[in-house]
Amino acid sequence: MSLLEARNLEKQFGGLKAISGLSFSVPENIIFSVIGPNGAGKTTLFNMLTSIYKPTSGSIFYKGNNITGMPPHKVAGLGITRTFQNLQVFLNMTALENVKVGCHMHSNSGLISAALRLPSVMKEEHRVRKMAMEVLEFCGLGDIADMPASALPYGILKKLEIARALAAQPDLLLMDEPAAGLNDTETMELCDLIVQICQSGITIILVEHNMSLVMEISHHVLVLNYGKLLAQGSPYEIQHNSKVISAYLGGE
Amino acid sequence: MKRLAGYYCFAIATLMLPLLFPDSYYVTVVGVTVCTNIVLAVSLNLLMGYAGQISLGHAAFFGLGAYSSAVLTIKYGMNPWLAMTAGVIAVTVLSYVLSRPILRLKGHYLAMATLGLGIIVHIFFVQADQFTGGPDGISGLPVLSILGYPIDSDLKWYWTFAIFMLASVLFSLNIAHSRSGRALAAVHGSEIAAQMLGVDTAKVKSHVFVFSAVLACITGSLFAHQQDFVSPESFSFFFSIELVTMVVLGGLGSTFGAVIGAILLSLLPEVLLVFEDFEVMIFGAILMVIMIFLPQGLFVAMEETFFRLLKRKSQGSADVTS
Amino acid sequence: MDQLLQFLISGLTVGSIYALVALGFSIIYNASDVVNFAQGEFVMIGAMSAIFLLKGGLPYPLAALCGISITVLVGLALDKLAIEPAKNATVVTTIIITIGASIFLRGVALLIWGKEIYGLPPFTGDKPITIGTATILPQNIWVMVGTAAAVLAVKYFFDKTIMGKAIMACSFNKKAAFLVGINVKQMLLISYGLSAALGASAGILIAPITFMSYGSGVMLGLKGFCAAILGGMGSSMGAVVGGLLLGLIETVGAGFISSGYKDAIAFFVIMLVLFIRPSGILGKAESDRV
Repeated sequence: MSLLEARNLEKQFGGLKAISGLSFSVPENIIFSVIGPNGAGKTTLFNMLTSIYKPTSGSIFYKGNNITGMPPHKVAGLGITRTFQNLQVFLNMTALENVKVGCHMHSNSGLISAALRLPSVMKEEHRVRKMAMEVLEFCGLGDIADMPASALPYGILKKLEIARALAAQPDLLLMDEPAAGLNDTETMELCDLIVQICQSGITIILVEHNMSLVMEISHHVLVLNYGKLLAQGSPYEIQHNSKVISAYLGGE
Repeated sequence: MKRLAGYYCFAIATLMLPLLFPDSYYVTVVGVTVCTNIVLAVSLNLLMGYAGQISLGHAAFFGLGAYSSAVLTIKYGMNPWLAMTAGVIAVTVLSYVLSRPILRLKGHYLAMATLGLGIIVHIFFVQADQFTGGPDGISGLPVLSILGYPIDSDLKWYWTFAIFMLASVLFSLNIAHSRSGRALAAVHGSEIAAQMLGVDTAKVKSHVFVFSAVLACITGSLFAHQQDFVSPESFSFFFSIELVTMVVLGGLGSTFGAVIGAILLSLLPEVLLVFEDFEVMIFGAILMVIMIFLPQGLFVAMEETFFRLLKRKSQGSADVTS
Repeated sequence: MDQLLQFLISGLTVGSIYALVALGFSIIYNASDVVNFAQGEFVMIGAMSAIFLLKGGLPYPLAALCGISITVLVGLALDKLAIEPAKNATVVTTIIITIGASIFLRGVALLIWGKEIYGLPPFTGDKPITIGTATILPQNIWVMVGTAAAVLAVKYFFDKTIMGKAIMACSFNKKAAFLVGINVKQMLLISYGLSAALGASAGILIAPITFMSYGSGVMLGLKGFCAAILGGMGSSMGAVVGGLLLGLIETVGAGFISSGYKDAIAFFVIMLVLFIRPSGILGKAESDRV
């Protein structure tokens, strides 16, 4: 059974159709890449899958449930989370605190019990700290835990955003251009990290411009052009698809 | 222990003051005002500093607390504690109902809506004179007693306010390092990212709005009993602005920043008394100058400088030993 | 019917003043993304300086002109001394800075002019004109005509002059405006001057009808802010429509409910508008971009 299924998705902004007639399904436990030229509608698609935008028409099914138009935090509650193209790290916190926010759904103390610092809160804090440290170490960020996020370099922040998403223990992780702005070494590390995340049982949908990265790690690639599905298949099939080649090179 | 070291020093200082100067006007009269303003500033800081939601109408909830106590005890002869509870319930309901539509707004729109709320409540205090006594206010509240011990002297009021204030400061410090505090800071940092991690941002904002309103409301009730008099003047738009100034002056987002801001701004009129007519002008000038040159606030700026010096010093000594 | 006509006259008169203040708000907001809480102080300073210059023996037109000039200087100083040094300030910081400026200006006014209230004599006599059973003062007509003239002048300035277009360019994209050689700082300065001139004109137009004191600017400024939001923040014509509408709602509301709640009605309306349509009547809806 597929984990996520999009049926006939469409999104209009004013007169502009950013996405139209898009259907696809994402099987469990693979790396599913979405590629396409700039403006093809990749980020719009992500925003619909995470309910930041409501589709103009069409529907999204996750584990067999219709999640179209559900509030974003509820979608997250079902096990979908994401990283962002332009970083959305909480710069007003330390790295560790960022990841602790990722643990939000796996803890439950409220405002009043926190104000009174009840023993249950202390226990929870302890547990959350341990959870967050484990995730940071998994991502190789253990030694910057107590640094303020605002003082960290771009490459580290990109990783931190992934760590924060992992702390939410998702089943489906959407990554929006994780390699953008990284140097070669950082990209290699990222590549390993994504493969490791997938091996730990998390399905990944990846939007990325770095083609060698996409072709190396993806199991399935979907190509968008002007908001429409151009082609999909294995990396090999996509690399040899004449429509894809002409869309990218601008030929006829 | 280390987390609260600053707090314990502050608590000891607060409780020592009346023992050192039991009859001082500055302790028993100014001290109570300072404590009142600290609680209000700390509660506003939860909303503004932690969650990043500006409010230009915080005085409204302070006023609603004060008037519920005054009106219910004087006009309806209600027991003071019952009146206070009624006020808390009313403010809880009101702030909860208003929180969702108000906190959906951002930036200038949020500023306008909270400002509007403050002004409407203030006009209500002035105009509903059959209840509130109009612009002249009402006086003659019954004495508040705790477990049969009446609070009937200035010094006892100081103790009451000091303990209430210290509890509020502790609450605020506790919240910072908790799931709720982090959710608030996440809302401040990036609302969309917070939602993607499962934080129900509308609920989080609504809860902190109610919590901060209720703290202000209780402060208002105590204030009414202590002053033995309430009038609309204490709850005007200008007082809301003054509260925002306290929070920003000390440093947005820092509990002790709010405490320091409240202390400074409460003492300012005592200092400016000498200048009389210049008071308004100097107040405005201070506000502008601090915001232009130290937008992160006095306390936070001091803290940063202190840690920078500390770091340089430790680096210096490390160089010597190596 | 006659009562309605009377409401219409007073509503449009006070609405004109709100419109001018709101227009000033939106000019500054467009140029610098700052909501200038000291806008109401411009109204007060314009009126009070004209009043005292007239008392000092200047002829009326000259007193009015000098009143406006003084306010423009205050507006320029506000930009140079308070807004420009605080570059990269957040929304909350700029709100507090302009509130600080407003308190400061009020404090200065208190020192110079004291707490008493003053008025200006009407521009041209005070013989009421009767229409049916409704009456209209010559000054009411002055207010409406003066406002219309000011609004048209502002519209001409932004639509037709190079300088107006340059300011508009700054409001769309400061960096791009800078790259094509527009002096962004100077354009901001001009916006503050223009907005101060509008505020001062509003003050001088209304001073013969309502009295002025050092504290009169606060409510007028806040109402102007309401009007700007009602019309849609940043839309100049929206500000004018919002101002007139707010004046009408307030007058009718005060007439039917209670004059004591007049100010509350305006803020109640604005809150409803914000709850239902946060972008105002003529404003564009905003959305987050990720």
